[in-house]
Amino acid sequence: MKQVPALKIDGITIGQSLAIIEYLEETRPTPRLLPQDPKKRAHVRMISHLLASGIQPLQNLSVLKQVGQENQLTWAQQAISSGFNALEQILQSTAGKYCVGDEVSMADLCLAPQVANADRFKVDLTPYPTISRINKSLLALEAFQVSHPCRQPDTPPELRA
Amino acid sequence: MQVGKPILYSYFRSSCSWRVRIALALKNMDYEMITINLTKDGGQQFSEEFRALNPMKQVPALKIDGITIGQSLAIIEYLEETRPTPRLLPQDPKKRAHVRMISHLLASGIQPLQNLSVLKQVGQENQLTWAQQAISSGFNALEQILQSTAGKYCVGDEVSMADLCLAPQVANADRFKVDLTPYPTISRINKSLLALEAFQVSHPCRQPDTPPELRA
Repeated sequence: MKQVPALKIDGITIGQSLAIIEYLEETRPTPRLLPQDPKKRAHVRMISHLLASGIQPLQNLSVLKQVGQENQLTWAQQAISSGFNALEQILQSTAGKYCVGDEVSMADLCLAPQVANADRFKVDLTPYPTISRINKSLLALEAFQVSHPCRQPDTPPELRA
Repeated sequence: MQVGKPILYSYFRSSCSWRVRIALALKNMDYEMITINLTKDGGQQFSEEFRALNPMKQVPALKIDGITIGQSLAIIEYLEETRPTPRLLPQDPKKRAHVRMISHLLASGIQPLQNLSVLKQVGQENQLTWAQQAISSGFNALEQILQSTAGKYCVGDEVSMADLCLAPQVANADRFKVDLTPYPTISRINKSLLALEAFQVSHPCRQPDTPPELRA
């Protein structure tokens, strides 16, 4: 697929972030990244997919290259706002402390990176108070901090935390 | 709590809706269909009524067991967890990972880049090239992946969620005149899938909202 991430684990290589995360969940089940209840799991997956197929692919590097430099910002902003409009509404019925109830789930793992992209593309987040609140809570967690783009081995010096 | 038959909001030509129609057929589930025309009246998915049901303003959406689920793969995984036979995902976690990897390649790597709203944005004169590029690019990767995962179907010899994503994407490829010669494994699997009853009853050419000129 010529894309990241890819995970080499247990003798296989898996591409596609959600496929990787679901594999980790099935083979290393604690702590949970998906709730036990099937209906809550459906909500977690719905939100994850909204982010991972409804928004991100439309503003990723290769698509932005294709739309051309002068159109990139508007294109990305449109993809993100459109998706966040829907997500903000969905969260009204699913969210507690996090995207679905009060436990961190796969949906939250998809949310924080997308909000970071929204910031990068200067999307106004005022219309999305629930998204903003959840994102703030997530960024306070250690797992979200150690994994942050500004703290990676390949983070350029000027972007390093 | 018995709340009546599940209701599927579907458009005949929507590849994402077709995935769910196949799943419901394979699991022998009885359901009602409400068709949403994505092009008529400016797009019925934008109506207030539909937006309240599914804020994503997209099909498919499934009303089942007292909840409404959007996103075809979320729907299919819910069906799998609550109506586990026949299986749509293998038991082995590594094979499940392959099924999901292929499903996501199709459902987020290809389809969103050539769906109706994106094609509207790229403009009519660019649409065909744009769609062809998205599909070929994804199929190049998929054909390679299938070399190590495929048996009779995408992953081994049992129909899985990956196959539910494949057949509709091949139909889109045909629609956008993508040359399938470079993808013999994709073509072979697709041909086997289209011979199955669940893929036939759910086919875009046999839906309640299929226009007469496209009807089988």
